[in-house]
Amino acid sequence: MNIKKILPQLLTLLAVILIFGFFSYNAQVNMENRGITFGYGFLSQESSFDVQFSLIEYDGSHSYFRAYLVGLLNTILVSVIGIIFATIIGVVVGIARLSNNYLINKTAAVYVEFFRNIPLLLQIFFWYFAALRALPLPQDTEPMFGVFFLTIKGFFVPAFVWNNLDIFIYSIIAAVISIIFVRIYAKKKQENEGIQTPVLSISIGLLLILPILSFLFGGVDASVEVPVIKQLSQSGFTYDGGIKLPPELISLALALSLYTATFIAECVRAGVQGVSKGQKEAAASIGLTPNQVLKLVVMPQALRIIIPPTTNQYLNLTKNSSLAAAIAYPDLVLVFAGTALMQTGRAIEIVSITMLTYLSLSISISIFMNWYNKKIAIKEK
Amino acid sequence: MFKYLKQLTSLVAMVAVLFTFTTETMAAKKSKTLKNTQKKGFVRCGVSQGLPGFSNADAAGNWTGVDVDVCRAVAAAVLGDANKVKFTPLSAKERFTALTSNEIDILSRNTTWTLSRDADIGLTFVGVNFYDGQGFMVRKNSGISSVNDFKDGVSACTNLGTTTELNMRDFFNSKGIKYEPVTFEKADEVVAAYDAGRCDTYTTDKSGLAAQRIKLSSPDDHIVLPETISKEPLGPVVRQGDSVWEDIVRWSLNTMIEAEEYGVTSANADSMKTSDNPAVKRLVGAEGELGAALGLDNDWSLRIIKQVGNYGESYKRNIADTGILPDRGPNELWTKGGILYVPPAR
Repeated sequence: MNIKKILPQLLTLLAVILIFGFFSYNAQVNMENRGITFGYGFLSQESSFDVQFSLIEYDGSHSYFRAYLVGLLNTILVSVIGIIFATIIGVVVGIARLSNNYLINKTAAVYVEFFRNIPLLLQIFFWYFAALRALPLPQDTEPMFGVFFLTIKGFFVPAFVWNNLDIFIYSIIAAVISIIFVRIYAKKKQENEGIQTPVLSISIGLLLILPILSFLFGGVDASVEVPVIKQLSQSGFTYDGGIKLPPELISLALALSLYTATFIAECVRAGVQGVSKGQKEAAASIGLTPNQVLKLVVMPQALRIIIPPTTNQYLNLTKNSSLAAAIAYPDLVLVFAGTALMQTGRAIEIVSITMLTYLSLSISISIFMNWYNKKIAIKEK
Repeated sequence: MFKYLKQLTSLVAMVAVLFTFTTETMAAKKSKTLKNTQKKGFVRCGVSQGLPGFSNADAAGNWTGVDVDVCRAVAAAVLGDANKVKFTPLSAKERFTALTSNEIDILSRNTTWTLSRDADIGLTFVGVNFYDGQGFMVRKNSGISSVNDFKDGVSACTNLGTTTELNMRDFFNSKGIKYEPVTFEKADEVVAAYDAGRCDTYTTDKSGLAAQRIKLSSPDDHIVLPETISKEPLGPVVRQGDSVWEDIVRWSLNTMIEAEEYGVTSANADSMKTSDNPAVKRLVGAEGELGAALGLDNDWSLRIIKQVGNYGESYKRNIADTGILPDRGPNELWTKGGILYVPPAR
């Protein structure tokens, strides 16, 4: 062991410990002086405040910890919706920017330049208050397909009421497992005998047939509960029954997707342009069809360029979802670092939990994306 | 390694405690906050982000309101000039942290005095400068005339992080009504969302409803329901642990209220020095040594009355004349049927 190698590292470690020690000691002394107690015991206390929108059962008689879960799930919900839509829009716009059609190309360019150069908070406000101005009151709304109601108080959609939902879920799990086996079998068959199996149509068939069988023989039954209009007062109405998506969720997801999609579009464009022209020409010259050129030659190479910066955009989107507090969407920051912090006054505890939560969310996303990146990376043989 | 760290920190702590102990005993007579304020030359005051009548900045950046006047009174008492105040606009969420982390020295921001806030989080409430209660605003054409007319599914807009959120739950639960709380961080967004029709009712302190109503697109289409569902005594707050500063803020507020009780106004304060009533003479510093007990000179209260005015003047200037709440209701002196009653200054 070389002392010259270890000493700088030891000194760095010591400095880090001293800095953290100083801050925690300082916080401790200051809190003691001001009569503030420290502890996480409050998490089990009754929260005594309600939340507008929750994926799990919750009201004020539950604990602060439950309120934390409500906020966390809402954050995850809006992030997942945002990531899905941002990816779809981003890929479409990114490819549109490569189009030879002048109109498509320029429209995509204008979209990207416009949306990525306006601060996100402004866009969130814009979509929220634009939505509130544009959407009709519950009594004035025209139903879509007779069962969907888009109103200022939210998007009311029919809910499924299930019998034996578990059997239905098992049938889907069974379908997914059999698809995995079919794929393994098809790959082996191609490697050994050179015969291609139509994997896609078999997969779709399995995914349809097994759940249908569960309906026919498994006693699974679903009925639809349609929202009905309900009068609250002479001029006030709402809808009862079904599922309600609050306008806050819709406008936040919209703003996040449209904003992040611009960055993803640029990643996609860079990725596709990064594959050299010779690759495509070589692929065509050995007789691959244009579809195969895209699927087997261009995309695998483009993805290697696209994935790392796109991971950053997914992380940004998740963190940006904390702007929800501005428009009353009950995410982690609004519910936990907002209301719960105010009601308990436990700033250090709650902020530390919130920071750790966002850190874990971000790390989970980046672990997943790194795994995916490794999977598609060049495998040197 | 960690074992030594522990010993090291306890050594540092001991030295620090010894050091503060010796300096603290010398400074005990004089408040640390008072000393800092005099050194800086201005009072650091936390206010709202804009609540007409309580704390609101005009286009030129001049703050007015009854909450603002409490800070101005302290500045007049401590520094001799009511304008030597630095105002920091704070959201409901930030306000207590700003005070406990030493960013401000007085929080005068329509803040409700509750047990948990007073005892638990390092704060001390010094008094009440406005007696308020939570109410509901609804659209006139809804036909709702009482809180008993609310039905299951009603959506209510309000600010997050306030006692309002808790009262709302208690109220709707006691009535057995299912409701949808829509909570925003800033009051302007609450007003905008209610105005657009997102919510059936807007709930907050009644003074707040009256003040925010003028921001709606057509204020006359909305009414405040008669019921009050909670007690909201609003008052200034200071950090726990500086009792001299606490006394200064408390008695600056009390002086304004007592001045109204004895009819001392900004206009006649000087002439009151020769009053026959000893209580009035004490109030304007012509008798007794009341200022010394607070570490101030004897004209501190006279300056408050002359520069800021008594409570009645402040109320009239900020709340009554602006049309927010012309009727003083409970915020009238106890001698005139209200509940404003302060201990005597003697």
